[in-house]
Amino acid sequence: MLERIGVPRDEDLWASIPAEFRVQGPLPLPAPLAEYEIARRFEQWGERNADAGRYTCFLGGGIYDHFIPAALRSIVSRSEYATAYTPYQPEVAQGTLQVIFEYQSMIRELTGMEVANASLYDGATAAVEAAHFAAGATGRKRMLCSAGVHPHTREVLRTYASAGGFHLEEIALENGRTPVGPIAKAGTELAAVIWSQPNFEGVVEDGAALTKAAHDIGAYSLAGADPVALAVLRPPGHDGADVVFGEGQPLGVPMTYGGPLVGFFAIRKAQVRRLPGRLAGVTVDLDGKRGYVLTLQTREQHIRRERATSNICTNQGLMALANTVYLALLGAEGLKDVATQCLERAHYLADRVREIPGITLAHGDAPFFREFVIRLPAPAESFTRWAVDRKILAGIPLAKFDRSRPNDLLVAVTEKRSKEDLDRYVEALASWAKSHAKSPKEEAACPS
Amino acid sequence: MNVPRELRYTKEHEWIRVEGGEAVVGVTDYAQGELGDVIFVELPAPGSKVTYMKPFGTIDAVKTVSDLFAPVTGEIVAVNGALKDDPALVNRSPYKDGWMVRIRLESADEVNALLSAEDYEKTLGAHA
Repeated sequence: MLERIGVPRDEDLWASIPAEFRVQGPLPLPAPLAEYEIARRFEQWGERNADAGRYTCFLGGGIYDHFIPAALRSIVSRSEYATAYTPYQPEVAQGTLQVIFEYQSMIRELTGMEVANASLYDGATAAVEAAHFAAGATGRKRMLCSAGVHPHTREVLRTYASAGGFHLEEIALENGRTPVGPIAKAGTELAAVIWSQPNFEGVVEDGAALTKAAHDIGAYSLAGADPVALAVLRPPGHDGADVVFGEGQPLGVPMTYGGPLVGFFAIRKAQVRRLPGRLAGVTVDLDGKRGYVLTLQTREQHIRRERATSNICTNQGLMALANTVYLALLGAEGLKDVATQCLERAHYLADRVREIPGITLAHGDAPFFREFVIRLPAPAESFTRWAVDRKILAGIPLAKFDRSRPNDLLVAVTEKRSKEDLDRYVEALASWAKSHAKSPKEEAACPS
Repeated sequence: MNVPRELRYTKEHEWIRVEGGEAVVGVTDYAQGELGDVIFVELPAPGSKVTYMKPFGTIDAVKTVSDLFAPVTGEIVAVNGALKDDPALVNRSPYKDGWMVRIRLESADEVNALLSAEDYEKTLGAHA
């Protein structure tokens, strides 16, 4: 090969790199291993992970440890669904297209909207698509974003906003909820209000009031939503939200250290031509038989080019399939049951935890779904580290997102947490709190 | 192919018919034939301004989408609401029922600078 490209020696290829920066002699790599030795090495490394299988998980913050029926894995692994890409050709992709169509129908129903797309990469990019939609449809760029939207989602929104398509102003939470006051005062040149149900700190927002406040000033209401919560909460679509988007991971997708995820996106029918991403539709063929196709493709960038609403020309096929199979296996009642169990167990834990001396709920009696913030007498991170040694993943210290809140801990409870798990958490927290209790003087100064 | 003598044209395949201080605009028979079945026409809201040879809307066919260019500068006074329910009017009746917008002219001179039917046919000669 060197001869072919006219280089006499391989060292000549590296001649432009000064000698002192080049590795001299053989690369410092360990000795070669046999395949089974490599497998063993990786298993050993893997065992050092604290995973939700061997630890009791109270982590949430957008990704949740819900039960996934064994049937789901077996169905989504079927070779009929194996595809590298979105099905452009209906003649060879009826099964996949039907799944997408059913997925869209389920998301539409959950969100209370009229049309859902075939899915997007994740909840954060779905928020970006919602922002682009609002900017395009209104011709305005200014948006208000609640601080109750997941901090990572806000970061992704800011990244895209830096390209100039829209710009964001933040609404700070008041007592854990998004106040409507700043929306009413925002003037008439606002494109949209972006909020989240429930919000990042677990609190259930007054969705009807937020959507009304947005509409009153001629802005769109873009609602992030937790799909499991939608089984028991009033869907933002029923209050007139213009877009309902969110992260689909809770519906049968494993946590897998934060990805792959799947975004959902639902919109009003009147705005369907601004819908980002793919859309499967149902039709009949020449013989009158039912068939599924990708429809309204002129919205998309492979046809509309730079004027398309979105640059996304695919969907998150496997994860959307998992969502569909999950929802089909559980059914509407099953999902409601999961949501109710989350709600009841989370409230049981919150009620027990707030009885512990020195521990309060950060947002008092604000309504919440399966997640809430507790305020500890000492830095939350010292508790989570202490709890890991007891095989408990105790929650997410909010200091990771806001350094002014070192003692706040975000705790999530899914239907997988048994009463024993919850009681063990209370015991652990009580025992830790006892040894980290503030002096009586500090306690007196602390608002109850 | 139908190219009515009394109309003026753009090389982007719009036609324009002047009626007093206003003008009606649509796309030509040739354009609808090239696009195929029209499934959607996106038009501006009445009251909005359009500028000579700038896009004022889009026309979607099954497998393509095309910009609509304003033959003249002015203000939209009406849009063809019938296209919302029946966009195929553009295919069936490009010069009559398939009209798109009515524009209040800013300057009549702009119209005179547009292509005559003969000149438009010549530009099509290159395609035919």
